[in-house]
Amino acid sequence: MPATCDFSLATDADGATTLALTGALTIATVGGLDHAMRRAAPAFVQLDVAGVQEWDTAGAWLAWRLARDAGAALVGGNAQAERLIATVKQCSGEAPMAPPVPSLVDRVFGATGAAVLSQAHQSLVILSFFGAMVSALGGVLRHPGRIRWIALVRQMQLVGIDSLPIVGLMSFLVGVVIAQQGAVQLQQFGAEIYTVNLTGRISLRELGVLMTAIMVAGRSGSAFAAQIGTMKLTEEIDAMRTIGVSPMEALILPRVMAAVFMMPLLGIYSALVAIVGGATISAFTLGIPFFNFLSRVQEVVPLIDLWVGAIKGPVFGLIVAMTGCYQGMQVAGSSEEVGLRTTQAVVQAIFAVIVLDAFFAVFFSMVGWI
Amino acid sequence: MSDIAIRITGLANHFGSHAVHQGLDLEVRRGEILGVVGGSGTGKSVLMRSIIGLQQPSEGRIEVLGHEIGAERAPGDVDIRSRWGVLFQGGALFSTLTVAENVEVPIKEFYPDMAVELRHEIARYKVTLTGLPDEAGAKYPSELSGGMKKRAGLARALALDPELLFLDEPTAGLDPIGAAAFDDLTRELHETLGLTVFMITHDLDTLHAICDRVAVLAEKRVIAVGTIPELLATDHPWIHEYFGGPRGRMAAVSYGEALDTPALTKA
Repeated sequence: MPATCDFSLATDADGATTLALTGALTIATVGGLDHAMRRAAPAFVQLDVAGVQEWDTAGAWLAWRLARDAGAALVGGNAQAERLIATVKQCSGEAPMAPPVPSLVDRVFGATGAAVLSQAHQSLVILSFFGAMVSALGGVLRHPGRIRWIALVRQMQLVGIDSLPIVGLMSFLVGVVIAQQGAVQLQQFGAEIYTVNLTGRISLRELGVLMTAIMVAGRSGSAFAAQIGTMKLTEEIDAMRTIGVSPMEALILPRVMAAVFMMPLLGIYSALVAIVGGATISAFTLGIPFFNFLSRVQEVVPLIDLWVGAIKGPVFGLIVAMTGCYQGMQVAGSSEEVGLRTTQAVVQAIFAVIVLDAFFAVFFSMVGWI
Repeated sequence: MSDIAIRITGLANHFGSHAVHQGLDLEVRRGEILGVVGGSGTGKSVLMRSIIGLQQPSEGRIEVLGHEIGAERAPGDVDIRSRWGVLFQGGALFSTLTVAENVEVPIKEFYPDMAVELRHEIARYKVTLTGLPDEAGAKYPSELSGGMKKRAGLARALALDPELLFLDEPTAGLDPIGAAAFDDLTRELHETLGLTVFMITHDLDTLHAICDRVAVLAEKRVIAVGTIPELLATDHPWIHEYFGGPRGRMAAVSYGEALDTPALTKA
């Protein structure tokens, strides 16, 4: 089986040049021949393909295209070649094979304008989503029989119980780092005993709930978006609606409620584990006995810190779960969109949580909960 | 070259303790259109996946165009995957690429040295060859209808001028006009390009219209292979129910086949 395609040029007595092809003219060989023809760019009036033993459509296409471009006659093809050439000849067209690329001005200003408009539109959609959720919540509160208890408990397990190990590990390590780094700085003033205040207060007020919210956004917010998005693609959500089941009640409320209930608990759990982490590292590096650290926490950390953390928890949970569900419900079209929306759910949730946390910090200090 | 394109001997596929295939033998002749039928769950798709190497069979030997699937490739041998094309049920087009780019993917993979212009030209004629309008090449799969997606998938399957074409329910989900057009297209390509076609289908019209032979999957193996009259000459009840049911009779009548079998005349 010849694996190459050779060409030769011959000029006859009348000065007419013939390009003769020999060998196999298939998809495996047309690449090389095409390169050679582009380099040499010979002029010829006749293309002789009698020496070609093997054909496929790619070969037929190239032979026909070479003859067409040179304005030459194509001769010597066997029956198979004639048939293939006749087939590909009908298939030549002029329409562009790439989607049109808009001009630079269009892309810059057009994209900016589109982004602004879609942002404005999105704000409305988010608002209406929030409204639909609140009204669904009102509905189930008036008729508590409509609360999906099984779904709610299942989501509470997924959001809360199942994330205990990872949240615990993360919090323990964060506690270790705060205590250790704080101690290094405080030691310079001989004030390493304040490591206890630092670890206890910052865990309960800020880091416990904030780190947990980020973890829940990554673990559960993304899962909500991907699950609901996939259900949207497979028309499960439409099926629910036609049966008369409200996806808001069946899918979104259990998830949002589960996150709202579990976030404060997870936040406090996280803060406690962080304190244990701080106590552990202090016992090793500062010589503060483990249980002394813990009893000292009781003395120096005001109860208000616990409330500050506990108040932020449900709000963060609401934000994370709502963003996840909202992005999931926005999925339309392709599977690519699921990935895109999932990413957006996580990014937006974490961003919103951090912004809100800053507001909370200012607010609590202004009302004197310091 | 042997005149057998695919030879399967003693194929067994197990999923856990559940056996899908057991001692399955099948030969596909070069240049024929073989239809594969069988009830749901008889492992038609698993059979196709085994042949194209997506599923590692538990036992058995599969030879495609003289190459054993799953065996080490001899040095200098052409990759067998460049010699077959596969059309998946939903088209399985890459959603981030345009139709033309989808067609170019296998070409780029196997012949990276080919000039970009030539690759575009090949993609263009493949797209039109499968009956899509010229402009479809620049469109993304999400902009196409179900039938157009199948044609685009076929264009990609044909990108490397394969000798062997696998079709998984090519007419499922198409309207009758689209399905008939797709059958014609398959037949035409089969004749023009000399393709061997391995086709899983439930479409009785397709079976009657374009399949040279039909293989019936049941009881974990191929219980019969042959033309439809040959199949009806066997006395397997499932085959009679399949071809002799109301839909089967309609299809037989419209293709003018004389099917005087007891099961049919009785009805």
